[in-house]
Amino acid sequence: MARHDTQQTPAPRRFAGRLDLEHGTVDMSHGSGGRAMAQLIDELFRVHLENALLAQGNDQALFEPPPGRLVASTDGHVISPLFFPGGDIGALAVHGTVNDVAMAGARPLYLTASFILEEGLPLADLERIVASMGGAARAAGVQVIAGDTKVVERGKGDGCFISTTGIGVVPDGIQISGDRARPGDAILVSGSIGDHGVAILSKRENLGFETEIASDSQSLNDLVAAMIEAVPDIHCLRDPTRGGLATTLNELALQSRVGMQLREPAIPVRAEVSAACELLGLDPLYVANEGKLIAICAGDRAETLLAAMRAHPKGREAAIIGQVVADPHQFVQMETAFGGSRIVDWLAGEQLPRIC
Amino acid sequence: MKYIDEFRDGTLARGLARSISAEADPARTYRLMEFCGGHTHAIFRYGVQDLMPANVRFVHGPGCPVCVLPMARIDQAIAMAVEHGVTLCTYGDLMRVPASERKSLLKAKAEGADIRMIYSTQDALTIARKAPERQVVLFAIGFETTTPPTAVALKTARAEGLENFSVYCNHVLTPAALGTILAAAKETSGDNAGVQLDGILGPSHVSTVIGSRPYECVPAEFGKPVVIAGFEPLDVMQSALMLIRQINQGQARVENQYTRAVTRDGNLKAQALMAEIFRPRETFEWRGLGFLPGSALRIAEAYAEFDAEQRFPVASNTSREIKGCECPSVLRGVMEPTDCKLFGTVCTPENPMGACMVSSEGACAAYWSYGRFRQPPAAASVDAA
Repeated sequence: MARHDTQQTPAPRRFAGRLDLEHGTVDMSHGSGGRAMAQLIDELFRVHLENALLAQGNDQALFEPPPGRLVASTDGHVISPLFFPGGDIGALAVHGTVNDVAMAGARPLYLTASFILEEGLPLADLERIVASMGGAARAAGVQVIAGDTKVVERGKGDGCFISTTGIGVVPDGIQISGDRARPGDAILVSGSIGDHGVAILSKRENLGFETEIASDSQSLNDLVAAMIEAVPDIHCLRDPTRGGLATTLNELALQSRVGMQLREPAIPVRAEVSAACELLGLDPLYVANEGKLIAICAGDRAETLLAAMRAHPKGREAAIIGQVVADPHQFVQMETAFGGSRIVDWLAGEQLPRIC
Repeated sequence: MKYIDEFRDGTLARGLARSISAEADPARTYRLMEFCGGHTHAIFRYGVQDLMPANVRFVHGPGCPVCVLPMARIDQAIAMAVEHGVTLCTYGDLMRVPASERKSLLKAKAEGADIRMIYSTQDALTIARKAPERQVVLFAIGFETTTPPTAVALKTARAEGLENFSVYCNHVLTPAALGTILAAAKETSGDNAGVQLDGILGPSHVSTVIGSRPYECVPAEFGKPVVIAGFEPLDVMQSALMLIRQINQGQARVENQYTRAVTRDGNLKAQALMAEIFRPRETFEWRGLGFLPGSALRIAEAYAEFDAEQRFPVASNTSREIKGCECPSVLRGVMEPTDCKLFGTVCTPENPMGACMVSSEGACAAYWSYGRFRQPPAAASVDAA
């Protein structure tokens, strides 16, 4: 999109008419590489995602790497429905990748996004999704610097799939990794669990129940920044998405070759979430989150970290839920509120498909 | 949660645990069979066994509808979907139950069969209404609890003239299974020897439908006490205490702990509905218990047009369990899941060999998911012995 300052007459209009964002739908030509695709990019994607690197208009974004260690992460989003209480696939595609980058303690900088659209998707829906993505990116302080659009025939996709890749920079001295949990460490969670999964379920057409639960979909990089400022030596951070808190803790236990001992009454769960899970036969420990994190740090730093988390709006309900123990079996165990004990195993099979 | 948390209160649990410890005679053991998978699940999920003295043991019963469904019935369902091209609607639990030749509904679906996961019978009706060109079959399973909703679905289909809807009926009856377990318990030696029991924690949801009356033959015929028990952990503990008291006093009666939902006569309206739509089968195969007379329901002649077994005939075959799988013995209570050589080695919830490892109500799944740390694997216990 080179501009010639000397040009006297206005540039000829490239497209016969504007995209019909009110009634139009995605068709095969929007992924063909031709004029229709260029128009979709100009009038829809650029409007909502614009930034200097995207404006270069090339097949790639050119930028100077910042000093320090970089992290990269990638995530595909296939959630159904596309719009749900508390979010949509556009914002989720930003939050999911921003959070994966942030779980290294990194400051996320850039995202790329690849859209697979299904023929027939209303352009109004697409605009809502991309606008939401732009808003989520601005809120998280990241820029979408490259993108791609493909269209598949009707019936070959489900409206819209979005893959995002993120790049971030890790501050000096931060060493956060899933293999650093040690016996005696404290396990913290940033807030109530299971909100996202239950919000999605409540909107599935074959489940006729209404709840007031909204997804917790949000970016956590600002919370992480506040946490590492208070306690630079956080050992592990991870966001418990698919498989929920239980599965993520098992991943960390396996990676660090330790066991974990949880206290059920300490784990924050909203009453509406536990009621919905009760009805559906689900366990909130296994239900997905999109805006919560698990942190593991040395036991004597736990109260400082907890205070920093609670001082941040995204960690107000943070809690210390258990501790890391030595265990050759790498079991996650839990003292139940009832007074017994049980194991908290990995999720088996698929509790809820298409959750993120 | 209101009306739920009250039944999961840790302080009350400790009080009950003290009463049980005080009243259980240390000179004897109490083997209490919880009939239902729902009880098994509660015992493990809340750690109820931890609160019991060592001489009060729970023996897990066959009350898991997914677990007792014989392989042949799943084979037939797959055949309906594959050979007749029907849309088969089923509950999620059934999807991963192993069928013959290493098949399952999940694998059949991946290979192209139209198999849908539903949450209620109404979902199956909705699918049938939306796709009048498809034949939609509801794979109906379960004890008396889930039978009335199937009856309602059949009546709805008749009223709406929903000609593309039918039901593959696999509903089974609790008293028949309970009688079989107790009859086996009378045999103390030989191949038919059953598990030795001192009392029964009776079904909770099933009993809301059939009432407590059908269990009254148990004390009379088998001399064992029955306490109808709710599904919450405090219900289970209180019922165990009630059984211990009866056993200590040498009594055998039917008592009802779950009075907030169960009456002696049960839900008469639901019973009338079941009597209208279903008839007892002469015999029906149960995984683990074999063919039991009068133990299941078929669709009555008046509703025969909605009977998938008549509309889509498929070959019936004999069920053959996977070699080494001890589900049958686990379901009869004569083996614990950890006694099975496959448990935790080749058979896990990710890769189940038997149905008891699939359903969350199955004893093997409960042992594996909640209790692995308590028991060494089977091989280790063999070595120790």
